[in-house]
Amino acid sequence: MSDKKIVIDRIHKSFGALPVVEDVSFDVRDGEFVAIVGPSGCGKSTLLNIMAGFERADRGAIRIDGVDRVGPSRNGIMISQHGSVFPWLTVHANLMFALSGTKHRNHRELADRYIEMVGLAGFEQSYAHELSGGMLKRVEIARALVVKPEILYMDEPFSALDALMSLKMQTELRRILDEERHTVLLITHDVEEAIFLADRILVLSQRPTTIQTTFDVELPHPRKLSDPRAQELREAILKELGL
Amino acid sequence: MREVDSKLVRFAAPTLLIGSLIALWWIIVARSDSAIFPTPGEVATGAWALAKDGTLWQHIEASLFRVEIGFGLAFLIGVPLGLWMGWVSAAFYTLNPLFQMLRPISPIAWIPVAILWFGVGDFSPIFLIFISSVFPMMVQTIVGVRTIDRRYLRAAANFGVSRWTLFRRVVIPAVLPEIIVGMRIGLGVAWLVVVAAEMIALNTGLGYLIMDSRNAGNRYDLVIASMIIIGVIGLLLDGITRLLEQMDIVKWRYVR
Ligand SMILES: Nc1ncnc2c1ncn2[C@@H]1O[C@H](COP(=O)(O)OP(=O)(O)O)[C@@H](O)[C@H]1O
Ligand SMILES: [Mg+2]
Repeated sequence: MSDKKIVIDRIHKSFGALPVVEDVSFDVRDGEFVAIVGPSGCGKSTLLNIMAGFERADRGAIRIDGVDRVGPSRNGIMISQHGSVFPWLTVHANLMFALSGTKHRNHRELADRYIEMVGLAGFEQSYAHELSGGMLKRVEIARALVVKPEILYMDEPFSALDALMSLKMQTELRRILDEERHTVLLITHDVEEAIFLADRILVLSQRPTTIQTTFDVELPHPRKLSDPRAQELREAILKELGL
Repeated sequence: MREVDSKLVRFAAPTLLIGSLIALWWIIVARSDSAIFPTPGEVATGAWALAKDGTLWQHIEASLFRVEIGFGLAFLIGVPLGLWMGWVSAAFYTLNPLFQMLRPISPIAWIPVAILWFGVGDFSPIFLIFISSVFPMMVQTIVGVRTIDRRYLRAAANFGVSRWTLFRRVVIPAVLPEIIVGMRIGLGVAWLVVVAAEMIALNTGLGYLIMDSRNAGNRYDLVIASMIIIGVIGLLLDGITRLLEQMDIVKWRYVR
């Protein structure tokens, strides 16, 4: 099990009579960045929610460091499309909230450090409704990282942003991940985002979803999407998605 | 709704409307030369006389006191009960049918019972106010808890915070805007009921003033004056509750 951080073992999930996930198995190495793409409504979010412990699989198991996952834990933080920064707390208080369950010392300093790391120094006392969409995403990322999770689950984190901001956030995320090694699972509908960020890309099938193909991305960072190999990969993935 | 920016318009438009209604009232009464129905001038004179000899303030104070106590008790019981019923479904399923049965019973129907239980002192109207304002606050709080966005609860679960932190920093702030709505409704109802309750018994309060003015020689100027004062105080009470919407912790709900 040494280098298998996460083991997804024959996961099945139905909602009532609707089978959504059918027999999905894969492993994720420690520090690996895995992107998941697939048709809309195929069950990507369901799969990620099961991995993060928010939903239970009907059959199969998730093991993290060899231990069965039974519920959510701060060892793996979810960042989703609509975000969950508490609008009634300031930026700083959001990070302090996240830290309140941890045994880390000097919460205040940690919060300050991560707010600065995502480029929000000076906005500690702002509320969500005083920030732009991109800034809010940064708060979300800072709040996830401040508890020093080993795993990040990201469900279309940047899809609510405009194209330019989305690109900017991808670059930022890459920079942050180079500073702190995390194991990342990213759901995206943006194939280029997946190629830019991931070590491995899983293409899921239509519902009930299974793993249709896996692509390894063996390009060094920082990646250029104009690279012919990246373009080739993009074509191959789009073809898998039926485009 | 198109946003009206000018403070002047916001203040001037309603003032102008009320002003013209008063003018209209004056003209109609003056033309019909009714012997009983007073003109705005007579109402103002009557109210001024009561204000000068101090009785008006006593009546206002008496009514406000009853509302304070009745509404205060309703808040102290309705909100915690609502939080509990919203959070624990066993509590909801057990208690909700009973409360939904009690809720539609008009406060007027409680009057005989109140007199029987509490006599004709201050406690009867306080009880009536309590019974009529506790349910809106409770129901609104329950709705608030049950509609907390799941993503916030999930985030709290994800960070593994204690139950106390979850309650204090997620549940309470998420429900607070709903509680404020409940308070506005509850206070409105409380004010409505105090006047009705005072018409039946006692010898203080604005409701008493209305009945007494009519009985003691058809003083319709004072009847109308009391009605207007009740309306104005109702407006002020609502305005005070709305100030709660300015708190930093609930602003998120009212932006955009
Ligand atoms: N809680 C739920 N109850 C019933 N059906 C659900 C639930 N969550 C998701 N579904 C259904 O499962 C399917 C997959 O949903 P989802 O995992 O959100 O897809 P994706 O993220 O790939 O777009 C959809 O058809 C959706 O309607
Ligand atoms: Mg989804």
